[in-house]
Amino acid sequence: MINIVPPAAIFIVGALIVPFLKGKTRTAYLLLLPVIAFINLLGMTEGIHWSVGFLSYDLILGKVDKLSLAFGYIFTIVTFIGVLYALRVKDNGQHVAALIYAGSALGAIFAGDLISLFIFWELMAMSAAYLVWAGKTKESGAAGMRYLLVHIFGGLCLLTGIIIHVHNTGSIEFGYMGLNDLASYFILIGFGINAAFPILHSWLPDAYPESTFSGTVFLSAFTTKSAVYVLARGFPGTEMLIWIGAAMTVFPIFYAVIENNLRRVLSYSLINQVGFMVVGVGIGTTLSLNGTVAHAFSHILYKALLFMSMGAVLHQTGKINATDLGGLYKTMPLTTIFCIIGAASISGFPLTSGFVSKSMIVSASGIEGLVIIWLALIFASAGVFHHSGIKIPFFAFFSHDSGIRTTEPPKNMLIAMGIAAFLCIAIGVFPGLLYSILPYPVDYVPYTGAHVIDQLQLLFFSALAFTLLMLSGIYPAEMKATNLDTDWFYRKGAGAFMWFVSNPMSWVGAKISKFALETIPLSLIWASKNPPAVAKIALDGVLLVFSGPRKKAEIQQRIKGEIKIYPGDVIKRWPVGWTVLWVTIFLLVYLIAYYL
Amino acid sequence: MNNEHEEIMEKKYFFDKPKNVRRFLMFFYVLLGLLVIIDFFVPKHPYFAWGEYPSFYGTFGLVACILLVLGAKYILRPIVKRKENYYD
Repeated sequence: MINIVPPAAIFIVGALIVPFLKGKTRTAYLLLLPVIAFINLLGMTEGIHWSVGFLSYDLILGKVDKLSLAFGYIFTIVTFIGVLYALRVKDNGQHVAALIYAGSALGAIFAGDLISLFIFWELMAMSAAYLVWAGKTKESGAAGMRYLLVHIFGGLCLLTGIIIHVHNTGSIEFGYMGLNDLASYFILIGFGINAAFPILHSWLPDAYPESTFSGTVFLSAFTTKSAVYVLARGFPGTEMLIWIGAAMTVFPIFYAVIENNLRRVLSYSLINQVGFMVVGVGIGTTLSLNGTVAHAFSHILYKALLFMSMGAVLHQTGKINATDLGGLYKTMPLTTIFCIIGAASISGFPLTSGFVSKSMIVSASGIEGLVIIWLALIFASAGVFHHSGIKIPFFAFFSHDSGIRTTEPPKNMLIAMGIAAFLCIAIGVFPGLLYSILPYPVDYVPYTGAHVIDQLQLLFFSALAFTLLMLSGIYPAEMKATNLDTDWFYRKGAGAFMWFVSNPMSWVGAKISKFALETIPLSLIWASKNPPAVAKIALDGVLLVFSGPRKKAEIQQRIKGEIKIYPGDVIKRWPVGWTVLWVTIFLLVYLIAYYL
Repeated sequence: MNNEHEEIMEKKYFFDKPKNVRRFLMFFYVLLGLLVIIDFFVPKHPYFAWGEYPSFYGTFGLVACILLVLGAKYILRPIVKRKENYYD
């Protein structure tokens, strides 16, 4: 089959028509777009497609290989699920933003050059910021602005790297780079901000929980996973990424334990899961890279499922804090089941998608003999079960009865969750389906007796820890609180900066402007009334400094007198001849200066 | 409407009965025991020596999660916890 259109175009151009549609036409159209995009993807052949001339460069909109196709498939699938879930949202802006967001993510995935990658990268940031703003609360407004600023900063790092890279190599091609020069460091930081590297991560738990019930489903899929893709494309086998990824898997789970907002808990576990993928990129073997792609695929589905189940809770009850929820299994049994399937998948229970994908990365670290990394990943696996696997479903649907009695969400939301849940299990039961689309041939058997029993032990004994801590009352009570993260530095830092600008800086500024705009001009006006007299006064001033004590009093008297009669009779004292003389002197000085 | 509401409130759900909670926990503990027993009979092919210890993963999971919760509660929370409206 021939390649018809770039995948990004279907969504981005398609999104622009949405505002003109209504009712059932809009519903059908929204659902049809991802289907068309998927069929288009199936028809795409590997190779380089859609070269577009731009200035003196050739932009490549379709670098199609197994790596980009795998991400393309899952991005399109999750767009369908997300669109279905958000179908009843009346605000067309959200649909348009979500489709542009999905389209630009696809654009970034298939970009074969750095310029079009950068353009799609920025488009992603802007459309995602819109989805945060769509929350239409004071918090979402501020969080969306911070989101945009952080990503613009990341985009500028990327752009700086690209410019240096293009200057050095003369090529805009995007392929393997490796960490070897200044340009690659800038590019890595640009990618790293989107991948939520530690310290650069705080935009994620800051912004994602503030979006709408459906907006977060899209947000959870594209930004971080397209960053994983570009890392896998540009920096496979970069050792630093192993350590960065391991840190990402470990530190967020501590935050997740004490966080009250359940969508923020999921945001922290998102970083934890992306950490696994970054480790996989860093190890850089065919097994670990396959693991990264497989895990990105599974992760997008179960993370979307978890965010959908929490979105359903938010949609039905208006609440999302663990302290306000509990006992919802009574009135939302289906949502509860879907949430548990998502929770089981993220925890990596056998027969779910997480089991067959995460284990590839963990095994790769074991095969390479990376003891510390392996221990960190096992710890993080237990930890993610602890907070995403147990905490999320437990506090929302079980725990103490909050007394809330509600209903299941609308059918479209249930079906969307059902599809995601079905895929989570289908991949877990038939891993061959997922393995067949991975970049390298797969020689990995997830279901061995030892592996299954080891994983079950790890999970069940983690659950035992939860049970014991819960029953003994040691488990930290959920609290309404703000937990500081690295966004403190720019949130408080910006406040401190603004204080500095509006207090000490503006005082200095006022002094400078008074001096420049008032003192100097007024003095000049005064001096220009009779310059020679001013010169005389100045001369007397100099004499005053160098004269003895007896003469001093006399000179002081003279200056006083001169100032008193200033400006005096200008015309009488200074006939035209003087003026001519001055002009001649100036011209002479100029002439000499010119020839010197 | 009001009657309906009361009826729902009076309805007993599965975990409202302490007996069911106890049963669920018993089932869970039995499962744990079974996992420990089965572990002895499964041939292992570990990457590191300690992977061969009986129930290494179970022990690791239990200890790791207790440390995780204690660390989060007694170290992280005192450092980062602020009032809910801290940033306002």
